[in-house]
Amino acid sequence: MAMAGPDIERLIREAFPDAQVIVVDLAGDGDHFGARVTSAAFVGKSRIQQHQMVYNALQGQMGGALHALALETAVPK
Amino acid sequence: MSCHLRLAPHTQTTIKGKQMTNPTAERIKGIVASSDVVLFMKGVPDAPECGFSAGVVQILNGLKVPFKGVNVLSDPQLREGIKSFSDWPTIPQLYVKGEFLGGADIVRAMFQEGELTVLLADKGIVTAAT
Repeated sequence: MAMAGPDIERLIREAFPDAQVIVVDLAGDGDHFGARVTSAAFVGKSRIQQHQMVYNALQGQMGGALHALALETAVPK
Repeated sequence: MSCHLRLAPHTQTTIKGKQMTNPTAERIKGIVASSDVVLFMKGVPDAPECGFSAGVVQILNGLKVPFKGVNVLSDPQLREGIKSFSDWPTIPQLYVKGEFLGGADIVRAMFQEGELTVLLADKGIVTAAT
């Protein structure tokens, strides 16, 4: 079962209420997504920690139902 | 690239990183220590079987970084074990001098921002940029 773009966005927003979240269906097939997440929660965190925080927000779907999510994290300017 | 289509269904692992005191974790430690740069990937460096793995191979080759590619598709225990070991849900995973650097997105971002060559140089690894 693939995971839909709106579900991805909702889970990320729930975990990072302040975040700017952009989810793009990269291949138009509902299976390969790209996400850019900008949140103050990332301040002072390493890249690995930032990505792990987003993966945690996705509640274990990453690597399972959600195979392909190209992820970019950033702190607000 | 729909790399996952050719793969067996994903299985959930219940083992958590730090408690993993099994032979697989010991094996992974050995592999990570066996080379300065180790890439756990789907497929082999000459024939990656996933776009994300291919992307990291391309960057390492572009920088002329010698690395050891470890094909997790040929080893189911390794495939699940490395996720627990690194506490990271996806493949590929790059290790430099025993340290987990990240997955495909992080390696690409570090490369694009020039951080990757700096880090490799700091670690004493000769690249095309040094």
